[in-house]
Amino acid sequence: MSKPFVSVERLTQQFPDGAGGTLTVFENATFGIEKGEFVCILGHSGCGKSTIMNILAGLAEPTSGVVKMDGFEVSGPSLDRGVVFQNYSLLPWLSALKNVIFGVKARYPDWSKEKVEDHAKEYLAMVGLDGDAIHRKPAQLSGGMRQRVSIARAFANHPKLLLLDEPFGALDALTRGTIQDELVKIWGGTEQTVFMITHDIDEAIFLADRILLMTNGPHARVAESVEITLPRPRSRTTVVDHPNYYAIRNHLVHFLGERSKELAGQDTGAEDNKPETIRLGQTGPRPAPEPVLEPEPESSGPDLRAVNQ
Amino acid sequence: MPRQTMFSGGGKMIRNFDARSAILSFVILFAGLFIWQITTYVPETELVGTVLSDEQQEVLLSKDMAAEDIEFYASQGIEFSQIDQIAGLGLSREMIEMAGGIQALGISAPDENSAPAPGSLFPSPGQIGTELWATITDPFYVAGTNDMGYGIQIGYSLLRVVIGYTLAAAVAIPLGFLIGMSPLFYRALDPYIQVLKPISPLAWMPIALFTIGDSELSSIFVIFICSLWPMLTNTAFGVANVRADWVNVARTHELGSVKTAFTVILPAAAPTIITGMRISIGIAWLVIVAAEMLVGGTGIGYVVWNEWNGLRLDRMIVAILLIGVMGMLLDAAFARLQRAVAYTE
Ligand SMILES: Nc1ncnc2c1ncn2[C@@H]1O[C@H](COP(=O)(O)OP(=O)(O)OP(=O)(O)O)[C@@H](O)[C@H]1O
Ligand SMILES: [Mg+2]
Repeated sequence: MSKPFVSVERLTQQFPDGAGGTLTVFENATFGIEKGEFVCILGHSGCGKSTIMNILAGLAEPTSGVVKMDGFEVSGPSLDRGVVFQNYSLLPWLSALKNVIFGVKARYPDWSKEKVEDHAKEYLAMVGLDGDAIHRKPAQLSGGMRQRVSIARAFANHPKLLLLDEPFGALDALTRGTIQDELVKIWGGTEQTVFMITHDIDEAIFLADRILLMTNGPHARVAESVEITLPRPRSRTTVVDHPNYYAIRNHLVHFLGERSKELAGQDTGAEDNKPETIRLGQTGPRPAPEPVLEPEPESSGPDLRAVNQ
Repeated sequence: MPRQTMFSGGGKMIRNFDARSAILSFVILFAGLFIWQITTYVPETELVGTVLSDEQQEVLLSKDMAAEDIEFYASQGIEFSQIDQIAGLGLSREMIEMAGGIQALGISAPDENSAPAPGSLFPSPGQIGTELWATITDPFYVAGTNDMGYGIQIGYSLLRVVIGYTLAAAVAIPLGFLIGMSPLFYRALDPYIQVLKPISPLAWMPIALFTIGDSELSSIFVIFICSLWPMLTNTAFGVANVRADWVNVARTHELGSVKTAFTVILPAAAPTIITGMRISIGIAWLVIVAAEMLVGGTGIGYVVWNEWNGLRLDRMIVAILLIGVMGMLLDAAFARLQRAVAYTE
């Protein structure tokens, strides 16, 4: 088997625990990402998702283990890995446009001024920002608009790998949906590889080709890799009707609810501590044959569908 | 549109507020000037002169003293008994003056110094206004080394401040950057900064005068040393506290350290740095007045000292007012700069 585009091998991170000892956040975390894949990672707070992302970005060094991209070991940040930080991290003294230009200029230093600006505007338009909004400072933009600027900045640089840390965490449901659609559209158009952290199960299912599941920390690891066997293009309103949707969703809820705790601290037993691949429901029976009559109170999915039908 | 009404309503309220505060300012100014004028008002009749009764006047006239002379001596504050003595001499005023004045003839009269001289009483706003007007209308005259327009004197002070301050900025900002970016330097230099910073700039004056010798350079050095610390510590603090997220943005864009310093750290720390520069210019302007009082020669600080020695309090107060106005202008310039680099997160 050939190596995946990004391969994370036996990554371990320890921090001083503040009481003189060491805190092993995750241990021997191993997984791969294929080229052009959209991968989401789910896990409880504190299991080390952001830490893994910082290591992938090259902003932090792991205690042990390696990250390879295209066969080369990652050491230090690179323009090949674009990052959308959890808090947007726009430069507040620059306008939205100038923030994107900042990135484009770094990526393409020999482009002319006009070319850089046109390119930046093109990507801002792609995330639905144009007119005078792009000349405003981040403080004068709404949270959703800031997030879109941040995404535009990352996409405009054509990174080989796009890293997103809970990019929609602070957004309301409506804005969240709009930007998710835009993200999928841009990703589909550019064939970039995306690695995204989220806490939202439905968001992960809607966006991802594959979802990595982490056990609880300390000594967390990537335990399962769940393939999202839902055809694309996916529509927010119809994806929930697909027979596989609830099988996948229930599996994820079950994992995060119970098994992430049960499996904590155990090795997978597989070669290289690789996560177990889960492929659900493709041939199995539909888990909820009459979904309208069987609403699930804890999820918004069925309600939404009932309304839309 | 309700929005528009609300907005224009807000605008009116702000304009109202401006007008009210301006009116209040003027009321305070006029009240202050009025009280000042009253307390410094001295009726001239009370100032000098002896009041002679008709009887006394008769006595003097009977001794062949001219009525004109009697009036003159009385206006000089000379007592009746002494005027009587003068009358006894039988000499006219012209003759007495030719002989060297009444003092020369052994008659004690209030001498010039004990009569209130024009500047020895606290000047009234009116007197100051006159001096101020003279200064404003002709600020740049040169009538000798000790008599130059206040415009020129302020210019001397400003020149010293600008030179010392610019040198300080040229040292403090790069050094502050280094200290802010390197925890090692931060720790290593911190003790020196903490000890040197609280030393009064004027305490450096003797060292400067001894080592540099030249008084001009010494005052520039004192400005340099007092401007240095706020700029240095603020730059270091601003640079050290740039949000790690923004530095990470620079890192993920593969910016080199020089580019990161100029495109991320400098704009991020600029408000803190400019605040330091604003504090420094304020201190420099305070210190130049004191330094010029010490070393003398030229400058608005020297003017204050000089006018005090000449007991020209009215001119001194004009100089003091100019110091305040100039300080305000310097501060306003930096306030404007501060607004230009400010950002909201
Ligand atoms: N620089 C650090 N020093 C010490 N401990 C750290 C450091 N960074 C992270 N940790 C610890 O590592 C653990 C994982 O942190 P991380 O931010 O990666 O969690 P996360 O999975 O992203 O959580 P969340 O979902 O809440 O964002 C936490 O227990 C945290 O306290
Ligand atoms: Mg996190």
